[in-house]
Amino acid sequence: MSGKEYRTITDVKGPLVFLEKTEPVAYNEIVQLRLSDGTMKNGQVLDTSDDKVIVQVFEGTESVDRQTGVKFLGDVFRLPVSKGLIGRILDGAGKPRDGGPEIVAEDMADIIGAAINPYSRESPEQFIQTGISAIDACTSLVRGQKLPIFSASGLPHNDIALQIARQARLVGSDDDFVVVFCAMGITAEEYNFFVQDLERTGALENAALFVNLADDPAVERLITPRLALTAAEYLAFEHDYHVLVIYTDMTNYCESLRQIGAAREEVPGRRGYPGYMYTDLAMMYERAGMVKGKKGSITQFPILTMPGDDITHPIPDLSGYITEGQIVISRELHQKGIYPPINVLPSLSRLMNAGIGEGKTREDHKSVSDQLYAAYAGGRELRGLVAIVGEDALNERDLQLLKFADIFEDQFLRQSRDEDRSIDEGTLDLAWNLLTNIDTKYLVRLDQKWIDKYHPTEKNS
Amino acid sequence: MSEESGLIYRISGPVVTAVGISPRMYEVVRVGDEGLMGEVIELHGDQSVIQVYEETSGIKPGEPVVRTGQTLSVKLGPGLLTQIYDGIQRPLESLEETMGVFITRGVDADGLDLTKKWEFNATASAGDEVSGGSVIGFVQETETVEHKIMIPPGHSGKIASIESGEFDITTSVCTLEDGTEIAMMQEWPVRTPRPFKQKNAPDVPLITGQRILDFLFPLAKGGTAGIPGPFGAGKTVTQQQLARWSDAQIVVYIGCGERGNEMTEVLTEFPHLTDPNTGKPLMNRTTMIANTSNMPVAAREASVYTGITIAEYFRDMGYDVALMADSTSRWAEAMREISSRLEEMPGEEGYPAYLSSRLAEFYERAGRVQTLGGDDGSVSVIGAVSPPGGDISEPVSQGTLRIVKVFWGLDAGLARQRHFPAINWLSSYSLYPQALDQWYRDNIASDFPEVRTKISSLLQVEAELQEIVQLVGSDALPMDQQLTLEVARMIREFFLQQNAFHDVDTFSQLGLQYEMAKAILAFQEESEKAMAGGAGLEDVVNVPARTDLMRGRFEEGYAERIGELLGEMSKQIAETMEDN
Repeated sequence: MSGKEYRTITDVKGPLVFLEKTEPVAYNEIVQLRLSDGTMKNGQVLDTSDDKVIVQVFEGTESVDRQTGVKFLGDVFRLPVSKGLIGRILDGAGKPRDGGPEIVAEDMADIIGAAINPYSRESPEQFIQTGISAIDACTSLVRGQKLPIFSASGLPHNDIALQIARQARLVGSDDDFVVVFCAMGITAEEYNFFVQDLERTGALENAALFVNLADDPAVERLITPRLALTAAEYLAFEHDYHVLVIYTDMTNYCESLRQIGAAREEVPGRRGYPGYMYTDLAMMYERAGMVKGKKGSITQFPILTMPGDDITHPIPDLSGYITEGQIVISRELHQKGIYPPINVLPSLSRLMNAGIGEGKTREDHKSVSDQLYAAYAGGRELRGLVAIVGEDALNERDLQLLKFADIFEDQFLRQSRDEDRSIDEGTLDLAWNLLTNIDTKYLVRLDQKWIDKYHPTEKNS
Repeated sequence: MSEESGLIYRISGPVVTAVGISPRMYEVVRVGDEGLMGEVIELHGDQSVIQVYEETSGIKPGEPVVRTGQTLSVKLGPGLLTQIYDGIQRPLESLEETMGVFITRGVDADGLDLTKKWEFNATASAGDEVSGGSVIGFVQETETVEHKIMIPPGHSGKIASIESGEFDITTSVCTLEDGTEIAMMQEWPVRTPRPFKQKNAPDVPLITGQRILDFLFPLAKGGTAGIPGPFGAGKTVTQQQLARWSDAQIVVYIGCGERGNEMTEVLTEFPHLTDPNTGKPLMNRTTMIANTSNMPVAAREASVYTGITIAEYFRDMGYDVALMADSTSRWAEAMREISSRLEEMPGEEGYPAYLSSRLAEFYERAGRVQTLGGDDGSVSVIGAVSPPGGDISEPVSQGTLRIVKVFWGLDAGLARQRHFPAINWLSSYSLYPQALDQWYRDNIASDFPEVRTKISSLLQVEAELQEIVQLVGSDALPMDQQLTLEVARMIREFFLQQNAFHDVDTFSQLGLQYEMAKAILAFQEESEKAMAGGAGLEDVVNVPARTDLMRGRFEEGYAERIGELLGEMSKQIAETMEDN
């Protein structure tokens, strides 16, 4: 395409620039803007017709005027991808941020990405041990899954994400994960925390970072996660890596999406977020998985902070409909001083059943997990009742459940930030030990054969 | 066929505006240099607005738009079963062959293999009078399904010649006297319901093997059901259970805007599952449509129509078809997205004003009918709904509830307690029991409806008692009410809970369901007697045989053993009286 520069801007509105009469411009084409002082900005075509083009400017429209030169680059947004991305830190638009050289491209990949043919996917069923009991026992993660952390401001979701990044591994395999980390609008402080931790544990050399901080352009956030996922796809499906993508914070991403929608005067959906937010989020979350004939995999850990701790807010709500479960961080547990404060009750892993059991974790895993759940749920419900009527009104079973809920939180959920529990001895055996606090006749979710085999005091030896 | 062509004027996401053509509404057009498939959805002066079924990045104004003269249609004929399609009937397997693991664009694929030869067995003969819908022969498509070949609607006359043998599906197998050639394949526009003679009242239950559904909230063959629920409550698992175990002869499963990994699970698992009614692989009776959430949104809008048209086609052969759509909310959102790109005046929550009429039109394509050929066939539609925040006051849930006759309300609270299926027994309903009761009396047990009423009223009473318990604790209740609570707990834990992932518990025959319900009522009756005779509540609740009876449902051969286990329980309960 010719390098023709247009000076036909008619309107500038928020992050959007409107141009008149150009040569045919392609939908989603990349645009370069040259301001009168020589500053360059980048953008992308959102709407194109014979006589009008709408461009969203990633760096914001500050100082853009009618004399600004606009050049259409004749291609959609592409990221230079190569194995050399590992160990690098890039900014939110994919340029080096670590002072290192430009990425030497092995390929230029379209960042929008194409949908994986459902027929070509491999069913995810390899258990990933995170070393965190609450996750391993109750919301087991498998390779190729997308499992977001639903958190809220002031909660230690970053510590949990980092602990997972450090400890995640396949049982009985040396394959390491490569971490692709994507920051969207987080503070410099949070970012430093991540980098320092990755540096401390030596994981930084095995990671690629894409960073858009709170003071970086908000619209740029719309492409940052796509760059990260494009890099992840390249590493996983061209170079056989197992990639763990952590992105934070999805809430900032959605805010930017809403900003663009508002500037375009689109009809808003719930709480002002655009009606296509579901599809937009899906086009990122669905880039997790494994495909036939390729060794690599992409596992995603999006982190989002629920505004007002509200799980029905459109961001967690739409995410939950796309992702394969969620890990919910609880303020109540956090205030009790329990780390990691994971509330297993609303947490869920949809792919858990495929990844656990005989030959994968242990034969009794499903049974134990169901029983822990039921007992803890029962115990928590009784706390409410006890607050009204007192413990005297409870029968034997209820008293045991009530006590179990405390023990479960204190001994099963609670673990230190560098404690890496193995699934069998560390987590499942611990669960059995704690379940001895309840009479076996009340353990109705456990198959008798597992009681016979694993119950510390009732087993047939 | 018209080959008129025009130019692209504007592109905005999946919506493209063209000038220089004057197509019909819903006509299929080819867009751009790559010939992407699109459908005309609005005419506006000399502009035609097109929704494009493929990604539009990189397309420019000025590229050509070509009319095809046809509306969006599906190809119907042998080869539909065991297939997995995208939203516009492109087989995903052929897409993989042509474009690899990622779905790129500009690739056409026929919905049916046009070259494959099938053994056609003529059942009509020369000289027979036939009309649209008349069956003229069949193809043994899979081990379990005879694919009947029918005269396409709109044709009639006397058969001049017909022959059995091996043919591909576009070759004529039958000629009418007016010269019309009939091949095994026919095409049908997806947005038009296929015709039938008349609708009949549904009076046979669709048996699903899921206790809470079959027993308390049954769906009739030809009926409609909605399953609204927040994420994580088990919509998809319920839908998949229905696809696996329901006693329909044909299953059409539409994964509409859902998760890729979940579709893969279905795709890898179904070929290994056996149909409990025939003992053959379930895939033999199944057609799937998979349009995941990141596939083009316009194709998602079309996927629901593609699915129901295929379902109607099998219905016309005289089969009972069950169609699952997971999730209709994603379909509605696709409409919303397209509508917003058209800058239409929105209705509630940004959905187009025609949302509820589209939902109604879709569910109305269900039903038990007398087909054009004179057979009895049905399409049952089960639609999942994903209300934002689990709040069913939103437009899609409400639009659905106004039409469907069965409501299976999923409950996040139950899911959190790991009570699965997490269907709330207090808020769910079915309007079919009255129509079905005679069938139950004739085929299962003469007191089936009465047993059901007893079970559901026990659950109602429990809900009332629980309110008191929340205030004063259960010990404050009189003994008989405490027993009622225990009986209700037994209904919940033993009967309503059902483990979809357990080899045995995943499916219960209707007869066994009835036996289990009777066992619960027997426990209640005998405990009352024993307690009147001096036994304590703890005594009767804790008889070991009751645990055996309850745990037994996880073992093979439970249906044969339940009588014996029940006898043992009764004996032990009677003994508690003697001990006191």
